[in-house]
Amino acid sequence: MSVHITTLDDRVRLRQDDSSPLSTQEYFVNMGPQHPSTHGVLRLVLKLDGETVREVIPVLGYIHRGIEKMGEHQSYRQFVHLSDRLDYLSALINNWAVSMTIEKAANIELNDRIQVIRTLMAELQRIQSHQLWWGVFGMDLGAFTPFLYGFRDREIIADIFEETVGARLTMNYIQPGGLMYDIHPGFVKRVKAFLQYFKPKLAEYETLLSGNVILQERLRGVGRMDGQTALSIGATGPVLRASGVPLDLRKSEAYGSYGKVAFDVVIGKNGDCWDRYWVRLEEMRQSMKIVEQLIDNIPEGKHMVMKPAVKIKLPEGCYYNQVETARGILGVYIVSDGKESPYRIHLRTPNFNNLWAITETAANWRLGDLVAILSSLDVVVPDIDR
Amino acid sequence: MDSANLLTAVAAAEPNAKPREKADRAAVQVPVGNLSALMKRLRNDSTFAFDMLCDHTAVDWSEQGTFELVYQLYSTVHGHYLMVTTSVPRVSPIVPTVREFWRIAEFQEREVYDMFGVLYDGHPDLRRLFLEDDWKGFPLRKDYTDDFMLERPE
Repeated sequence: MSVHITTLDDRVRLRQDDSSPLSTQEYFVNMGPQHPSTHGVLRLVLKLDGETVREVIPVLGYIHRGIEKMGEHQSYRQFVHLSDRLDYLSALINNWAVSMTIEKAANIELNDRIQVIRTLMAELQRIQSHQLWWGVFGMDLGAFTPFLYGFRDREIIADIFEETVGARLTMNYIQPGGLMYDIHPGFVKRVKAFLQYFKPKLAEYETLLSGNVILQERLRGVGRMDGQTALSIGATGPVLRASGVPLDLRKSEAYGSYGKVAFDVVIGKNGDCWDRYWVRLEEMRQSMKIVEQLIDNIPEGKHMVMKPAVKIKLPEGCYYNQVETARGILGVYIVSDGKESPYRIHLRTPNFNNLWAITETAANWRLGDLVAILSSLDVVVPDIDR
Repeated sequence: MDSANLLTAVAAAEPNAKPREKADRAAVQVPVGNLSALMKRLRNDSTFAFDMLCDHTAVDWSEQGTFELVYQLYSTVHGHYLMVTTSVPRVSPIVPTVREFWRIAEFQEREVYDMFGVLYDGHPDLRRLFLEDDWKGFPLRKDYTDDFMLERPE
């Protein structure tokens, strides 16, 4: 039995067909790794026929940092801060994913206060992430104003985080056994003020961009993906839900305080770019609904059930746990041999799996549509490369 | 199905599948020769209906001389999880690909090849994913070293 190893050169070897003088020639073009619409260092090798995309070959690794290897040499507590650096727009949710895996494995029981604050923070983070996506999405399609609006509103949540956490991007706030700090005394007031501010702004988002004819034309029916393909390609989060599959771990697993709040899982019908756009906008409304229900009911209690100085050792075995980040399912797989650092730690990141939808959806669309499709998948490159 | 029922059903479908100890969910261990048949059954049989391969990775058990390959399956139809593992010797790590059942396996397997050097028989495009094509060695193996690695102070 022999297994053949290919290289990128093999993939990009031109096969020229000279048989007909009228035949068009296919050619390869690099898009990225420094292309503005790839949002980071993602390289796509495109096989083009004129302006039509025949094949997309993603080339990864430009921001591969070996987080899994680093994790094998760090304690469980230290590893939490590396999770910030995966999908930096879901930093708090990533912290939560790692912490929850460790807590489940070590049988650490949390109080309600911790769960509610975590849920609140995660939902604020989700809104913030979708705000940024919305702004950037507009910009990718040629509308610059949404970018300014998105960033303006995102700033308010960043301020709320800064007040409590001390950081605006890489939080390292949710720890195994609780939270790094208790919430700031002004947190509740600030969050309420944000909700009051942002509701009319979200309506403004709709009037500014959603109804725009150019946007509608560029999104409707473009890059369709049906539910079965989306599942097979491992897509999760808004990308999967836009294809009509109602998989949301917040509902199905009801971790944190999600079991106590009412919210809807937003699903699309066609799985095209428009559905992916619309699902995210609607998710912001649902997130605000969750925050509204919890913000007045933060129970009393400690913000830590376990002192940060206590070293964590997990019993021998393997543990897999998933949470729903702003982009889909983040899974953490830990193999422990009973020592202070994991024997192996693996991250199933949402963007790594979502990215490959591009190979299914972009074929036979124009280059301009590829930008719309890529942007509607909302990939964050450090999360792909790890 | 809950974990106990699921394990019984898997055992009935594939007699060579043994429960994997020390896992936090329903988990089975199969010999590498039975992997393809079991995966096909798990994907297509409506009692299992595992339509999603959440995750695939490997663990280097260098002292035992094996790689353990881990597949995390999820069914959106029944809402159940199953972990499937198989072991291959480190000296000749060849396993059949499961790409025909889940498209994402193509890329998850490329990552495992890139990091561990596990060879997937029948894979249509097995090449490096994160590292360059001419990279030497497989970084997530426990015995991996290169010239740029730093010695950690004890």
